[in-house]
Amino acid sequence: MSTARKTGVYMCRGCSIGDCIDVDALATMAGAGEGVVVTRTSPAFCLEDAGLIATDVAEQGLDAVVVGACSPRVNRQVLSFPPATVRRVNLREQVAWSHAPGEEATQELAADLLRMGLAAARHGMPPQPYTQDHERSVLVVGAGPAGLSAAYAAAEAGYAVTLVEKAPQAGGFLRRIHRGYPSRPDPLDALVDLDVAGMVGRVAAHPGVTLRTSTTVLEVAGQPGRFTVSLERVDGREEIVAGAVVFATGFEPVAAESFAAYGLGKFPNVITSVDMETLAREAEIRRPGDGRPVRRVAILACDGPGDGANLPYTGSVASMVALKQAMYVLERHPDAQVFIVYADMQTPGLDELYYRFVQERRGVFFLRGQVAAVDEGPDGDLTITARDSVLARDVSIEVDLAVLDVGMVATSAPQVSDPASLHLKYLQGEALPVHRAGYVDSNFLCFPFETSRTGVYAAGCVHRLQDVAASRRDGAAAALKAVQVVEKAAQGAAVHPRVGDLGFPQFFMQKCTACGRCTQECPFGALELDDLSHPVINTNRCRRCGICMGACPVQVISFPDYSVEMLSEMQKVVDLPEDDGQPRILVLACENDAYPALDMVGINRLRYPAQFRIVPVRCLGSVNSVVVADAVQRGFDGVALLGCRSGDDYQCHFIQGSGLLGVRMENVRETLGRMALDEDRVQVLETSIADAHRLPDVLAKLADDIAALGPNPMKGF
Amino acid sequence: MTDRATEVPVEGMIGASEEILVVGGGIAGITAALEAAEAGARVYLVEKNAHLGGRVAQLARYFPKLCPPNCGLEINFQRLRDNPDIRFFTMSEVEQVEGGRGRYRVKIRRQPRYVNDRCTSCGECVPVCPVERPDPFDYGMSTTKAISLSHEMAFPMKHAIDGATCLFEECGKCVAACPYDAIDLRAQPETIELEVGAIIVATGWQPYDARAITNLAFEHHPDVITNVMFERMLADNGPTQGRLLRPSDGSPVDSVAFVQCAGSRDRLHLAYCSGICCLASLKEAQLLLERNPQAQAHIFYIDLRTPGTYEAYAAKVLAQPNIRAVKGKVADILPDADGDRLVVVADDMVGGAMSRTSVDLVVLATGMVPSRDGEGVAGALGRDADGFLAEGGDGSGIFAAGCARAPVDVATAALDGTAAAMRALNTVRRALAST
Repeated sequence: MSTARKTGVYMCRGCSIGDCIDVDALATMAGAGEGVVVTRTSPAFCLEDAGLIATDVAEQGLDAVVVGACSPRVNRQVLSFPPATVRRVNLREQVAWSHAPGEEATQELAADLLRMGLAAARHGMPPQPYTQDHERSVLVVGAGPAGLSAAYAAAEAGYAVTLVEKAPQAGGFLRRIHRGYPSRPDPLDALVDLDVAGMVGRVAAHPGVTLRTSTTVLEVAGQPGRFTVSLERVDGREEIVAGAVVFATGFEPVAAESFAAYGLGKFPNVITSVDMETLAREAEIRRPGDGRPVRRVAILACDGPGDGANLPYTGSVASMVALKQAMYVLERHPDAQVFIVYADMQTPGLDELYYRFVQERRGVFFLRGQVAAVDEGPDGDLTITARDSVLARDVSIEVDLAVLDVGMVATSAPQVSDPASLHLKYLQGEALPVHRAGYVDSNFLCFPFETSRTGVYAAGCVHRLQDVAASRRDGAAAALKAVQVVEKAAQGAAVHPRVGDLGFPQFFMQKCTACGRCTQECPFGALELDDLSHPVINTNRCRRCGICMGACPVQVISFPDYSVEMLSEMQKVVDLPEDDGQPRILVLACENDAYPALDMVGINRLRYPAQFRIVPVRCLGSVNSVVVADAVQRGFDGVALLGCRSGDDYQCHFIQGSGLLGVRMENVRETLGRMALDEDRVQVLETSIADAHRLPDVLAKLADDIAALGPNPMKGF
Repeated sequence: MTDRATEVPVEGMIGASEEILVVGGGIAGITAALEAAEAGARVYLVEKNAHLGGRVAQLARYFPKLCPPNCGLEINFQRLRDNPDIRFFTMSEVEQVEGGRGRYRVKIRRQPRYVNDRCTSCGECVPVCPVERPDPFDYGMSTTKAISLSHEMAFPMKHAIDGATCLFEECGKCVAACPYDAIDLRAQPETIELEVGAIIVATGWQPYDARAITNLAFEHHPDVITNVMFERMLADNGPTQGRLLRPSDGSPVDSVAFVQCAGSRDRLHLAYCSGICCLASLKEAQLLLERNPQAQAHIFYIDLRTPGTYEAYAAKVLAQPNIRAVKGKVADILPDADGDRLVVVADDMVGGAMSRTSVDLVVLATGMVPSRDGEGVAGALGRDADGFLAEGGDGSGIFAAGCARAPVDVATAALDGTAAAMRALNTVRRALAST
């Protein structure tokens, strides 16, 4: 890999770089580097002089360009010179803007960064993309509103859609709902005919959609671009191929047992909001016990402190359903009375306007409080005793019928008796990883579809708690992600977050010890094992994070432009003088959060000590222990790993990269300890992108702490 | 798209109708543009400010994870930088829209930045600028120069001049200081014409004007601020770098009253609920305690809107002993007779009487009002009585996303943007297929 690539080195003097360091000296130093055939300096390579680089690439056939200038986070299009690879050396934000000008330590810093950049450039091979799997088809599992919407949208986009529904008819839970509550711009004074038949009909009639009812998914194997799917139909099995999957299996109501205290299952006139939808189909609401039309109805939100099994699943939908069902009663029985008992009316946003509308209706009474008891009288009438929090006393209401507002549990949730599953034929397990409260949701607010199974997108109530209108939007959104992953697969490109990355891991199998660690640690299940227990990459599942590369104990995994060898070489070219009184600290900084934060230290013109040698990494999880151990053994006084938060509220965009690294570094520290090297030379520092103002102090303290350990005794060996 | 896309050459811009226009570069708009482009569309993104990111860039943290908005924005800006299929225009607004689904002719009015594509953001211009103005990024809680970068993560990373406060050629010091000839004080507004097949309107929101809620004393006391202002105070890159100090005298803030529904759910102000303010106040109370573990937070609310999985989040926050939630509408905010603090007078629906709580700082959780920008295209969609846009449909090929459509949280805004991207993409493809 270290063949001499024809390299041009371009040192910019602009943006105070030239005032801070001796750029000419650096250019001279670079000129002597392996493979370097041309060096230039300029007052601003981002302006007209970019043309000089382009000319050099064309005329001299440069393979690699090293630009010592601003951060790689800016001017990317301007400083792009295909077919040469470009390695940026950050001399602006991370040198000139954050360190004292004219000082020897600053010059040494710049020189080391340049040497590291040159070393990296020797390893930056252009990737050969994998483009073999890009079936323009989508499997949609579940034909409720989200699934129907996803199927229609994907079909409109020109994709062949197989829409699979386990029930004999499509429509999902919509088929059990009598009317919907109004969603703006619907007028508030009428309930909405959801027209399930029409919705289903339009989708089923679409030439791009194949609707399979009474069908379940037996297995999904393969990868985005080409999933192979086994379906079980009434008349036997069907095998199909799909480029992406939309998982829209919806919800089920919270289990009846959770409402025993309200008399559900014991008193015939205590029913759920689901049952109420069935009663509402008739011209009169007749209670189950004796069929008598209702005159007084209680609707209980079941959202008190004792409702832990229900409350997380009620959201704003249950409150709106309660209001709607009050209107069911009044529509049919204008002289009836409806008592809604609740702790907090969850009608955020524009739903508030419906709350106000119902509040103003004659016959609806709102009682804010907790239900203390539900008792049955001789005729099946009920007495609801509630602690009214406004009046601060107990209130008793006699009603014909009590309706319990039941929540909606995602069909993927662990408490569901037979969780919906794609039966993924993935080494890491067949279930889709679930998030809080059992939803197949993302840990990232900004990226609601960023989950750990590439190419599978959840929509509707299995994704998050939402109503019909929102589910339909969610379905369209999931369809977009489905189309997107296939279009990217056709280019051989990764999806979020390393969108467009064409490289993927390669394995030097001769040295593989079949330990399987890479397959375990890959957060995306991208690696399977073959018959020899060697890893096999499913390229389109891969997010190109490099966690596998970091995991491998024998370092057989690499990317064309990112490898253990590259990182090791970068660390090796840093000058480690034996004792100039200043420690040298290697910093491996996650490019998603820590590296931008370091840039922002410079943008704010704050300063930190010049002892840090910063290397951007894709994810801390991609850092192989050997890189750290070698750095310490060579004489670095310290190694700091700066990356995203791990744990429950993780920020790592590769799910567990920083967490895995934490564990690996504990092992490295232990190794150091056994070599009589101070463990504290290796530090993992959780760094957020918002930390720019804290970093100078953090880094200064780190430099002091490392200095206090004394120089690394391994220096000079 | 280049980083220097502030100056897209006019000739390249009359596109065929396979293009999608996204109006608004906040989280919903950026998401819509990125998701559409990464699925194969070609996109124009129009933003009225000098930099993209919208109002989320001004938040300290998101609930419930307390994660920094810049984290998602950084990834989005990288995707934007690397995608040649998205061309964006800052300082720009939609002036006029004509035509129909599949073939809209749009006129964009681009205001002068007075800084051209040669700007490297070296920042040499800032120290020499003599003009100080209230910084809109900090909601006026700090000042900035007439020429500035709106914040440290501003994208595109190019300075901009505020035409309202610059002295132009009377001064010209920035021109002399600029090493790259990047300043053009004579720049003029221009009109750019685009042809697009579908439009996504994601023009976002602005905070409800707290001055209108007279009993909440916003205009009378500097220590009564709004939630968006408190976010700036909490922000690491804010006017106080995250230290909590009373605006009146700079003394530390040890107690905060959060007034929920300040101007919301109120016939006199905003009839609707803004959906996220309860969660935002819970988050801000958490951040307050993170910065100052001895502080006290009092949240005065009517209904605590924390639906679904947010229930667990609310329970976690409210379990903290220093955070107290009081069910009751705030009637008055008065100066404390004894000293320089503030007294919050509120209904106490559980206790029964009126409560009086003495605090250092009052944060009014004001609601979100849909922005009236992009009126040229908003007219085609239709606004409701509160100014929110209709969702739009396949008939018009215009779709609303994010807080322009309804007051929603970040995840919903991102979902909206993605859904709108799919619908817009399909509109364009259908139109192309039928021509």
